[in-house]
Amino acid sequence: MTELATQATGLARPDQTRQHSPLYFAWRRFADNKAALGAGVVLVVLILMAIFAPLITGTGGNEQAFLTQSLAFPSGEHWFGVDDLGRDFFARIVYGARVSLGIGLSAALFSLVIGLPVGALAGYLGGRFDWVTMRVIELFSVVPPLLAALLLASVTRGGLWAIVLIAALFGWVNVCLLVRAQVKSFREKEFIMAAQALGASPWHVIWRHLIPNSVSPIIVGFVLAIPLAMMLEASLSFLGIGVQPPTPSWGQMINIGMNFIFFYWHMAVFPTLALALTILSASLLGDGLRDAFDPTLKGR
Amino acid sequence: MRLVEIEDLHVSFSQHDGLVQAVRGVSFGLDSGESLGIVGESGSGKSVTCAALLRLLREPPAKITAKTLSLSGHSVLGISNRAISTLRGRVAAMVFQDPMTSLDPVFTIGHQIAETILAHRKVTKREALAQAVELLRRVEIKNPGAVTNYYPHQLSGGMLQRAMIAMALSCEPDVLIADEPTTALDVTIQAQILQLIKDIQAETGMGLIMITHDLGVIAETVDRVVVMYGGKVMETGPVEAIFSAPLHPYTRALLNSVPGQTAGKQRLVEIAGSSPNPSHPPAGCPFHPRCPLAVAECRQTAPPLETKAAGRQAACIRVAAEMVAA
Repeated sequence: MTELATQATGLARPDQTRQHSPLYFAWRRFADNKAALGAGVVLVVLILMAIFAPLITGTGGNEQAFLTQSLAFPSGEHWFGVDDLGRDFFARIVYGARVSLGIGLSAALFSLVIGLPVGALAGYLGGRFDWVTMRVIELFSVVPPLLAALLLASVTRGGLWAIVLIAALFGWVNVCLLVRAQVKSFREKEFIMAAQALGASPWHVIWRHLIPNSVSPIIVGFVLAIPLAMMLEASLSFLGIGVQPPTPSWGQMINIGMNFIFFYWHMAVFPTLALALTILSASLLGDGLRDAFDPTLKGR
Repeated sequence: MRLVEIEDLHVSFSQHDGLVQAVRGVSFGLDSGESLGIVGESGSGKSVTCAALLRLLREPPAKITAKTLSLSGHSVLGISNRAISTLRGRVAAMVFQDPMTSLDPVFTIGHQIAETILAHRKVTKREALAQAVELLRRVEIKNPGAVTNYYPHQLSGGMLQRAMIAMALSCEPDVLIADEPTTALDVTIQAQILQLIKDIQAETGMGLIMITHDLGVIAETVDRVVVMYGGKVMETGPVEAIFSAPLHPYTRALLNSVPGQTAGKQRLVEIAGSSPNPSHPPAGCPFHPRCPLAVAECRQTAPPLETKAAGRQAACIRVAAEMVAA
């Protein structure tokens, strides 16, 4: 900071020079991280595939159009083969991406909706509200998420929205902690006091100063919540209490594929690969964003 | 009705090992159009006094009590956060010591000034931005239109302090409180900023409270001075009188220790000892352990602030006797 400031002594530079926002510099750092950039591209492709699924696949995810060719191996006609019920497996994988990514994104969104205000208030108000929030978070961190999710999923009998809410219930904790830490450190900064001295209300300080200064942890928390939610969905579906058939879900497909793995390997391998690829790219993207937004984190 | 009225202000901070008494019974006032300097060394309670006036201290740990603590007739004690934030900025605006950290790093200068305007007045965003450009021009920033698009890290300290002043002015305050506005700046910029503050004060007729530890700053900018030490007011009076004939032994010691009063190389004059520990202030007059004139009585009772000459007050029992002798 001081270094930059001393460099900028004298008068302002002429109008012609382009002004770069902090976001621009974050983008430059992100673009230098090839793994994260690649992961981002893969994720975008996956999302586009999920959105335009009907245009990519010949048949719907649940259409038993190839009953005579059940359990056929991958071929030019059926890229990922055909499953035990005569459905094109590629179509099921692509439609499965809708479920997986849809749950991942909406669970991350819900995590943000809960975690952001709670974290910002806990960090700003401190005191009793902060204490209670932290005890609640500790409660969440001592309960194994999968066990609790199992219990909740069996009570609610699964279903898409139940899983989204369960994933958000465990995902908001991370977002909340990230936002709280950032708000807590920034509310002692001088510019917050300066804003208050010029008549800014607490609401204004939180909304216009503390949250914009927390954008980077918010984005990172959001992106990192996506793979967590997708893993949870896959685990629950694998155990048979998540997304119910016939809706295609990768976890559920892995579970079915396991029964065939010695004879028809494609039934287990393709959904596993799809899940691994998606979660890996979401995690790499999240890590890349975190590094890009935190230039002080040099040792990587 | 005075613009600022402080009577018997006490501010303490509770800590693990007891109470830190930062301000112990400070009283002074400010009329509109008047400029007042508060001078004192680190820990004398000058910044805390002004932060208490705007209720900027976090309570708890801070505890503020006073007989009167008011901004243009509105008491600031025991009122809601919402009520105080309408007084802040409009009645009294503050400029801080370090301009580098006093602006939000993620927004442009123009955005921040416009935000302040929007918070206080009913104007459109476009009008607020136009006013921001006008304010930047007024604080003598060249090409203000371009500067509105700069982020704080792209400007120098002097420019940022000008922007801070513009931001404070945007609310058209009745009184501007400047908390060591030039401490973080280099000397040539200091002079420019002080001149700017003086000019703006003359132009708008607002009240000015200048907090500083630099006697040179005080001499250049204000009409009246409050000298603080150990959380108490030691002496108040017109600036010329204080500089030419200081009453209180502390003021004299302070003026003596300003370097460069005579030509040639010599040892710097200092005040022996160190300033009192605010968690265990000495009994009696806070200055007595370092005072060359201290007598037994100084150790027991704290002298009240008394009028010693026309418009001049000092808190010292030895002053009257001294004056007569001199």
